[in-house]
This record gives sequence, structure tokens and C-alpha cells, in this order.
Amino acid sequence: MLAFYWAPEDADQGFSQKIFYIHVPIALTAYAGFGWGAWKALRLLWTGERRYDLESYTAVHIGVIFGLLTLVTGSIWAKISWGHWWTWGERQLVLFLILFLFYSSYFMLRYSTEPGPRRQRNSAVYALFGVVLIPVSFLAVRIAGTILHPTIFTHEGADLPWQMLVCFLVSLGGMLALAGTLYQVELAGKRADGSLRELRELLA
Amino acid sequence: MSAYAGDVAALARKDLLLELRSRDTVPAMLLFVVSALTIFHFALPSGSSARAETGLLWIAIVFTALLGLTRAFAAEREQSLLDGLVLAPCDRSAIWLGKTIGVTLFLVLAELVALPAFALFFHPLSWELVAAVALADVGIAAIGTLLAAIAAASRARELLLPLLFLPLAIPVVIGGVGASIAANPGSFLAFLGLYDGVFAILSWASFEYVVTE
Repeated sequence: MLAFYWAPEDADQGFSQKIFYIHVPIALTAYAGFGWGAWKALRLLWTGERRYDLESYTAVHIGVIFGLLTLVTGSIWAKISWGHWWTWGERQLVLFLILFLFYSSYFMLRYSTEPGPRRQRNSAVYALFGVVLIPVSFLAVRIAGTILHPTIFTHEGADLPWQMLVCFLVSLGGMLALAGTLYQVELAGKRADGSLRELRELLA
Repeated sequence: MSAYAGDVAALARKDLLLELRSRDTVPAMLLFVVSALTIFHFALPSGSSARAETGLLWIAIVFTALLGLTRAFAAEREQSLLDGLVLAPCDRSAIWLGKTIGVTLFLVLAELVALPAFALFFHPLSWELVAAVALADVGIAAIGTLLAAIAAASRARELLLPLLFLPLAIPVVIGGVGASIAANPGSFLAFLGLYDGVFAILSWASFEYVVTE
């Protein structure tokens, strides 16, 4: 990948800083998945069309996968930069832990409710709560960070050299494309699954 | 609007009357919170800081609320009353508001015992703590009522509610603990107020979708 060879090394963190080009795009892609899922959920509540349920579910699914990857890559970065696998001082990671717990419960909700319009709407409402929870817990973790954890890491300034920015944008584009493809594949699979089940019920 | 307020008042009164006659929920919450505080005394090594004690008080509050919330729609479910309520000629969000008022009152009752007990067992209360608890009650009741309705529609009701509720309660705990121990409680109290507002509006708006068949 471009990022590894071309981008200048960070003066403070050296080579390990390169995980930035993977970690941050993955995190942003996870947000995109959650946001897309909530948008589809909103459309479902609005129009009542069944297909949005599956789309929302798939988007959240992709978001959770990328969220888990964010936790893993962030944890590796934390180990290399600060010597610990987990630091409560890193606000983004804490936020992702909260979101990961939240969206795992989303799956629990889906699996323990009978399929039907009730489940579609309940999941949609819960997905909407998630997208509101993102800024709220961001704020919470932020104000908690200023008082409960006095050390604040401000290594992600916006003043990136342009080569870094280019690499970052390329990685971000790549991640979003990957997520988009996964979303399409997963959606096609789930749709085929659904129609197969309907067909089987018709035959039975 | 006055008809709406009348509906809400009637629904809240129904919940309070039911509780007054059956005495299911509030005594259980009281007993639970006092037992939890007793356990915390033994869980904390002697010489623990007041900050740790305050943190545990917040855990006790969240779990007591959870106990009350699992019972919030019990009567409706057992007698399939919810269908009747949904069919009633009133706005569905009035059901949510009435139920939320009831749950908030139960929580306040539980805390009227829990906070003095905490002051007696551990250390005196500050006004910031009391204000934060009051604000947190509103948020917990608002969001908890909606989630209880969601969980009531699933197979694993009592199991599902804590899973749905706890991630959403994390900001409440952050705000509450922050307001109780930080040097500038104002920003944390403001955050709790914001949380209440945002999630109350969201729950109020989305409750209709959760209860209709």
C-alpha cells in the first residue's frame, strides 16, 4: 500500500504511526456503516417498505465488523505508542467500545424477536438511537476525559503534510469502497436467503 | 393539548394506582438498593476514597432503575393490556409519557431511601449529587420506558432489557459521576440535561412505532 512506502514518517512515533492510515479510515468507515444503517432505518419508519429493514441490518452489520477492526487496530497502536493494549485515556477507543456494546445488543434484539413488521420497526428505532448515541457519548467521553483522565493525547492534529493527507484519503476511499462492496455482497446474500425461505414456505 | 395532558395524567394515575394496590415494584427496588449499598460496603476495602463510594452509588442507581424497568410493562403484558391501550383513542406517545412519569416517580421514591442510606453508610451528600441524580432519573426513565417496550416484544424479555439499556446508560453514569466528584459539576449537569432532552424527544417520537402491530 501507498501509505507504507511513500508517506513521510512521523517524527514522534516513527513507523508505527503508519497504522494511522488503516485505523482512522476503518473507524470512519464504521461510522459510515452506522450512519447508513440509521438512514435506512429512518426510511423504513417513514415509508414502511420492507426492503429497508434488510438494508439497515446489513449496514449495521458492516459497521460492527469495522468497529471491531477499529478496536483491534487501535489497541495495537496503543500498545506500540504507549505500551499498553488498552488505555482509557484514548477517547476514540472508549467511544468505540461503547458503540460496539450498543450494536452487539442490536443483534441480540434482532435474534430474540420474531421476524415481522414489529421486529423491523423495533430494530429501526434502536438503530436510530445508536446514531444519536454516537455524538452524545462522544461528548460524554470528551468531558469525562478532561476531568477523570487528565492526560490528553493530541497527536492527531489537522496539520498533516500533504503526502500524509493524500495517503490518508486514498486509504479512506479504499476502505469505503471495501465496505460498500461487502455491503452489496452481504445484501445480495441476505436477499437470496429471504427469497429462498419464502419459496420454501410456498412449496411446503 | 389539554386532552393530551389529560390522557397522560390518566395513564400515569393508572400506573400509580396499580402500584399502590399491588405493591410489586417499589418495595423491591427499595430493598434492592439498600442491599446493594450494604454489599458495596463489604466490596470496598476499608479506607477507600469517597470518589469510589460515589461511583458505586451510581452503579446502584442504574441497576435499581433496571429492576424497576423490567417490571414497567409486566402488567400490560400479562393481561395483554397494551393492545387495548394502543387501540384507545389517544396519541400513542401519551402512553410513553404516562409510563415515563410513573417510572420516574418510582425511581424518585427508591432514591428517597437510597440517598439518605448512602449518606448514613458512607459520606454526606452534596447538592450536585442530588441534582445529578434527579436529572439522571428523567433520562433513565425516558429511555428505559421505550427500551422496555421494545424488549417486551421479544422472546428474551428480562434478559434483553439490560443489554439494550446499559450501553445507553453509560453517558448517564459518566455525567452523574462527573457531576458528583468533578471540580466543575456545571458542565456535567448541563450534559445530563442535554442527554435527557435529546433522548426524551427521540423516545417520545419513536414510541408509536414500537407498540403498534
